Amino acid sequence: MEHILNGIIEAFKLLLSGDRQLYSIIFLSIYVSFTSTLIATLFGVPLGFILGLKSFKYKNIVGRFLYTCMSLPPVVVGLLVAIMISRRGPLGSFSLLFSTTGMIIAQTLLVTPIITGIIFSSSKERGEEVKEICKTLGGNKVDTLFLLIREMKVTMLVAIATGFGRAISEVGAVMIVGGNIKGHTRVMTTFIAMNHSMGNYATSIAMGIVLLSISFITNSILYKYVMGDRR
Amino acid sequence: MRKSYKRVASVFLILMLSGVVLFGCAPKDAGSIILATTTSTENSGLLDAIIPVFEEETGIEVKVVAVGTGKALQMGRDGEADVLLVHAKQREITFVEEGHGTERFEVMYNDFVIIGPKDDPVNLLTEAKADVIAGVKLIAKGEFFFVSRGDDSGTHTKERNLWAEAGIEPSGDWYVSAGRGMGDVIQMADEKQAYTLTDRATFLALSETIDLVVLLEGDSKLFNQYGIIPINPEKNEAINNEGAMEFVNWILSDEAQELIAGFGVEKFGEALFIPNAE
Repeated sequence: MEHILNGIIEAFKLLLSGDRQLYSIIFLSIYVSFTSTLIATLFGVPLGFILGLKSFKYKNIVGRFLYTCMSLPPVVVGLLVAIMISRRGPLGSFSLLFSTTGMIIAQTLLVTPIITGIIFSSSKERGEEVKEICKTLGGNKVDTLFLLIREMKVTMLVAIATGFGRAISEVGAVMIVGGNIKGHTRVMTTFIAMNHSMGNYATSIAMGIVLLSISFITNSILYKYVMGDRR
Repeated sequence: MRKSYKRVASVFLILMLSGVVLFGCAPKDAGSIILATTTSTENSGLLDAIIPVFEEETGIEVKVVAVGTGKALQMGRDGEADVLLVHAKQREITFVEEGHGTERFEVMYNDFVIIGPKDDPVNLLTEAKADVIAGVKLIAKGEFFFVSRGDDSGTHTKERNLWAEAGIEPSGDWYVSAGRGMGDVIQMADEKQAYTLTDRATFLALSETIDLVVLLEGDSKLFNQYGIIPINPEKNEAINNEGAMEFVNWILSDEAQELIAGFGVEKFGEALFIPNAE
């Protein structure tokens, strides 16, 4: 039991010591996951709205496909991306394997279906209702869209935060695509896994605390907006 | 409300931009090499100790990808790495003969040891002494837990050779094939109080956090030679052969060999790797 307590004490010492390497890993993690979430948002939000609002023939099948993609295993995504971007692969000429760009590609693929799926399901449910209201009030199509976006502000935030949470906490894809290279592609999750295998409990725990705090802060911001909106 | 949205947005924007400046503008591949190596050289801390010196002297960045020897050789065949530092001599020689690498140089060595629980349930210490074949026979006969790397690494190759020489095909509940790196396997063995085969360097680096001890050592069959191989630059255009050769020449130089010889002496009282470049 003592080593756990010591680990936690050491962890706080390490966090307060301002270790440069530790902080650059934290920063890289946030950078990679934030960028992927941003790209995924740019694609996923409009796509989710379009799929959710339009009525077309195979909507149910598309929905099921989207929900399946929401739970894609990160290692599988990592594997696929690694095959595509390795030097022998179709995108090999860009030398993206073991680079931050590669990691962003993998995480974007992981996050886009999550954001699309959440927007899809809720715009599908609430779209009709909003259309009706807008019609009775004499609004046109553009008004409908604006009203819907306003109505779904919270859903969008939830979708984005869920996507970010997924990206920052996954280890499978960044391990395969990034390779956990010191100073280049080592992020919080791969750092924890590596230090655990080297028996450095204190550093693992320290990074674990940071990772948890980031999740907590993200969700607190979200919660504040959700509650603020309902007030 | 609107104001706070703006504030959040601007914070994100600043984060993004600084990220682009920090990571996006980093010099491109011209001055960096990918070194595919075994988990033992990284988990023991050796590379962290010597590579910064090379980077400082030459300005070439070394990107270390620590995987098992099997995977490292595969990366070499696929042209995904520029240089390999691995430990499975026979496979390395074949690798160079097949034209995947240009040459093979010996860098350093240490030895493998069998570690296990302090009470030594199958009596390796008293009955097998320094005979590793007798040792693995005892473990198999006692069907006592043995954790195998199971990942086609250099250590795993060595272990398979030992079983083959003993005429045993290990199977059953006692034989645990982990599929993990050296550090992970030692910790699994520690949790299960099992036997395992490890290189001495990784064992020493972890010895403070585990309860296992060395029970069998000193057999000439447990010799563990590390070799360095630059990858054949004809595989693809992305291979940085110049950088790889500079790294090879450096690691074989007196300066680097002395760094290797001194690594770990202060902390563990003995060198973790013994340099033997010619």
